[in-house]
Amino acid sequence: MIPNTAMPEIDGGTVVHLARGVRLREDMVRNQTVLLAPERAIALDEIAVAIIKEIDGHRNLDRIADDLSRRFEAPKEQILQDIIPFIREFINRRTMEIVG
Amino acid sequence: MTLPAKETGQVATPPPIAMLAELTHRCPLACPYCSNPLELARANEELSTSEWIETFRQAAALGVLHLHLSGGEPASRRDLIDLTKAAVSLGLYTNLITSGIGLTEARVDKLSAAGLDHVQLSIQGTRAPSADHVSGCDGGHARKLSVAGWLRDAGIPLTLNAVCHRRNMGEIEDIISLAIELGARRVEIATVQFHGWAMLNQKALMPTMDQVAKATSIVETMRARLEGVLVIDYVPADYYATYPKACMGGWGRAGFNVTPSGRVLPCHAAETIKHLAFDNVRARPLGEIWYNGGAFNAFRGDGWMPEPCRSCERKDIDFGGCRCQAMALAGDASATDPVCRKSPHRKAVDRRIIDDTEVNDTEVRDIEVSDIETPRPPFRYRGNGTLRS
Ligand code: SF4
Ligand code: SF4
Repeated sequence: MIPNTAMPEIDGGTVVHLARGVRLREDMVRNQTVLLAPERAIALDEIAVAIIKEIDGHRNLDRIADDLSRRFEAPKEQILQDIIPFIREFINRRTMEIVG
Repeated sequence: MTLPAKETGQVATPPPIAMLAELTHRCPLACPYCSNPLELARANEELSTSEWIETFRQAAALGVLHLHLSGGEPASRRDLIDLTKAAVSLGLYTNLITSGIGLTEARVDKLSAAGLDHVQLSIQGTRAPSADHVSGCDGGHARKLSVAGWLRDAGIPLTLNAVCHRRNMGEIEDIISLAIELGARRVEIATVQFHGWAMLNQKALMPTMDQVAKATSIVETMRARLEGVLVIDYVPADYYATYPKACMGGWGRAGFNVTPSGRVLPCHAAETIKHLAFDNVRARPLGEIWYNGGAFNAFRGDGWMPEPCRSCERKDIDFGGCRCQAMALAGDASATDPVCRKSPHRKAVDRRIIDDTEVNDTEVRDIEVSDIETPRPPFRYRGNGTLRS
């Protein structure tokens, strides 16, 4: 049967990890970092790479935003607001999964 | 994604992103829409294990990120595990495109251990009798369901893939629920493309306008409902579209195919364009073939384009459509894709739709009302290639 689903809420308490079959790779030919997933190669900017590298399936988005705010010297709340839609898009595409 | 380009002549050519390796044309199935050429490569012409690995190595060095191991049925190659290991060790994102037939539980486990990134498993429908009738393989559908179970147990990410056509367009919802049931993350529903074998079976396969409209609306509803559960990739029928698709993401722009015997093609049907000469990896390095090969440069840029394409604002979106379709329907590989509404040949496409769907309209209704007794259209099955190893 086809389930009726609602996208789960994603907030500071959410913990995610990259789904199996999705990985970061250094692309030497094009001098960039890409996220590889089935049928997709996504070129990432520096911030996106930093976010994805932080995702470990243990720390929640709040803590990740906190760490990134120190590294990039930007307000944590703002970083969190930027991360959430980014993560939601990946969850939609089934390239990230919510833990727990 | 924006990529740095390399100058070749007047046209800036980006490095390729994807390679599709047709490891073999052998296949236990005989789908009447198979994308393999009418003239199948024989087993003794196939590249050896080391030739394939060398080709993967050159592809990776050239900038290929995704490698698709395909066929025929790639599991018909005894060295599939070794090829997978080699591809993974080169850093290639390795995807197996399979019918499932020829995979065993033990082989699935070995593929998983080899680091296979993803599997795309094809089905011919959701009901065993009609699906097996399409593939020409008794028991095939049931076997595929077992394979899906092994893949899930091994944890390999799965995309379920179905070519849809008049015989199974009414099953789209069932295909989607089967994908969820089998634990797929993604389903790919692609309307049959009329090249080669499919063209021989066009009368039996051409979907009706009504079917296409229904399919599109089901897909839209399901996409919204299944966000975060299942990604639905849908390729609608281009015969019913206003503009053509960007075939292969543009000729010689995103990727290439390598045939079982090592010929490098800009698209799987490219050999239907008889005046093109195709290089072979046995004779020339892949990088040279990609950047300087005659077949690749034949339709790059817009120098080859006739009107109405050349001055069209969509020429960087669809690149004038499919060259093989232009060849097949307009008799000229550099013509505007005849499915385009601006093409002077569009009338011929419309005539085909009428000819191919009118005759069988009652039959179509029968299928949708009662799917128990599926009428069996007289398919012209593809051959099986030569002896299985
Ligand atoms: S016959 Fe069917 S399963 Fe075999 S290669 Fe062709 S399309 Fe794929
Ligand atoms: S005229 Fe050519 S470029 Fe324009 S939409 Fe049609 S096929 Fe595409």
